[in-house]
Amino acid sequence: MKYPENLRYTKEHEWVRVEGDLGVVGITDHAQHELGDIVYVDLPKIGSIVDQGKSLGSVESVKAVSDVYSPVSGEVIEVNEILGQAPEKLNQDPHGAAWLVKIRLNAPDQLKTLLSAADYQAYVGAES
Amino acid sequence: MITKVRSHITQNELLLFEQSSPGKKGYQLPDLDVPAVDPSTALGAANVRAEIEGFPEVSEVEIIRHFTRLSTWNYAIDLGLYPLGSCTMKYNPRVNELVARLDGLAWAHPYQPESLAQGAMEIMAHLESALAEITGMDAVTLQPAAGAHGELTGILLIRALLEKRGNPRKKVLIPDSAHGTNPATAAIAGYAVENIRSNQRGTVDLAQLERIVDQDVAALMVTNPNTLGVFEENIKSIAEVLHKKGALLYMDGANMNALVGIAQPGAFGVDVMHLNLHKTFSTPHGGGGPGGGPVAVKKAFEPFLPLPRLKRVRSKWTFDYQLPRSIGRVRAFYGNFGVIVRALAYILAHGGNGLRNATVDAVLNANYLRRKLEPHYDLPFQAPNMHEVVFSDDRQAKYGVRTGDIAKRLIDYGFHPYTVSFPLIVRGALMIEPTETEAKRELDLFAEAMAAIAHEAETDPELVRSAPHSTRTSRVDEVTAARRPVLKWKPESPTVKAAD
Repeated sequence: MKYPENLRYTKEHEWVRVEGDLGVVGITDHAQHELGDIVYVDLPKIGSIVDQGKSLGSVESVKAVSDVYSPVSGEVIEVNEILGQAPEKLNQDPHGAAWLVKIRLNAPDQLKTLLSAADYQAYVGAES
Repeated sequence: MITKVRSHITQNELLLFEQSSPGKKGYQLPDLDVPAVDPSTALGAANVRAEIEGFPEVSEVEIIRHFTRLSTWNYAIDLGLYPLGSCTMKYNPRVNELVARLDGLAWAHPYQPESLAQGAMEIMAHLESALAEITGMDAVTLQPAAGAHGELTGILLIRALLEKRGNPRKKVLIPDSAHGTNPATAAIAGYAVENIRSNQRGTVDLAQLERIVDQDVAALMVTNPNTLGVFEENIKSIAEVLHKKGALLYMDGANMNALVGIAQPGAFGVDVMHLNLHKTFSTPHGGGGPGGGPVAVKKAFEPFLPLPRLKRVRSKWTFDYQLPRSIGRVRAFYGNFGVIVRALAYILAHGGNGLRNATVDAVLNANYLRRKLEPHYDLPFQAPNMHEVVFSDDRQAKYGVRTGDIAKRLIDYGFHPYTVSFPLIVRGALMIEPTETEAKRELDLFAEAMAAIAHEAETDPELVRSAPHSTRTSRVDEVTAARRPVLKWKPESPTVKAAD
């Protein structure tokens, strides 16, 4: 299981990577592993406003449909179109090519409320 | 020692399209005794359909054999235990069908005048009062067409009452063990959904609930017993916490088959609830076919119930449409009448003591299986269980065998799989509900099969991972089927076939 140092994490198993005033958001390696084979990804419309901790879309595996909770608040400025055609990318490269959305952060202070890689790894270890 | 292994018919079956020969017919029409008319002259060429290309043409016996052979690939409740339980399939006594097929009931028409429908209306009135007695509630509507429709009706009733009190409020609380339909219902009724986490016993945490409930909370939707098969033992206190803040208690009655004749939701503080007639009152399952999701309410909600309401005027039944506060119609006509007939037949055939016995047997059977399987499978929540029991694949996962593998292997032992991966709060869930009808012999066969699979998981995990082995096809590629479904099939053209 991978826990890249340059990401911030949530207890709901999302990550965010800061690029300037943007947050790139995805689900963690642990999340894709628990979900199993992902078959469908439902993402928000570009321009929609998402709030930290609120659902921004969902991920469907053969087992279940799970909400994805936004780790940060802001405006969705880009969604990863590849996932519509190739949801399996989420199983293959969850921290890289299979990012879900890019959000223009409107409250960058929220990042402080998120977990570091080490804290997230400890949290996952305790949960399972 | 395994004593039940059912053989499958393993031959392949051609599609009807592939069995077709041009010109073959399964019907015979008498000769015309009037002059033939060309339809395109009579109706206009634009209105006449061309021959459908590739439409299958087969004889009567071919089509009968085709569908009969397909039916033998199926598992059926008339063959053996369905550990999926009341959610999906349970045995329905044949007497229900006998009653529902009586001429006057089977041929009843919703436009029949009231004077000619008195018997049908009395059946509905009887069922309403039987369900009110069973649930301990004051009034019942039979209209909702199924459970989730009942939920929506129920939450709309709660919204209507709160609106009359001056504030419909904003949120509905839902435990993380709930059926997925609960949050969907709350959202469609215009409420925000707030999930609450189950405690160590798998039930609602009272202290947490007390912290969360405020003036914005319209209701808590709780399933009791919950989806782990655990009774919410604090249900009275839960109701008090809600009522103190002006919020209401909605009960998803999906698991009412664990309570009938033993406990009444009306007596433990429930304000509104629905029943699933197919789960608790033995009406048909499956096929997406007609269901029944009656809603039972306390007195305060009665003015809001859907139109029309049954009413007794002197010695006659009539439909009352003059209810200004009603939430309106939720369904055409009066609900799925055939299902209503079956539910009442079941209730009357059993009587009060019989219904209570069915409940006791359902709980006994689940607890018997729990005891038999506890040595082999991990039980994540230790609380006493009612009509169903939820294990996890924790011990088998060490050998790389997951709940889905165990379920597939069960097919080789001649049983339908149990419910996999639900409820979501249990990782690798095996949910087992035997229902009240199963005899000890059948439960023992099932427990033996499950124990044997647990043993195989340790000694020969690959055998389990690659199951089923005795079926016509082994595992299908469900991942590709979900990612890239092929939704259309076209017969190959004859030239391609010849070239093959």
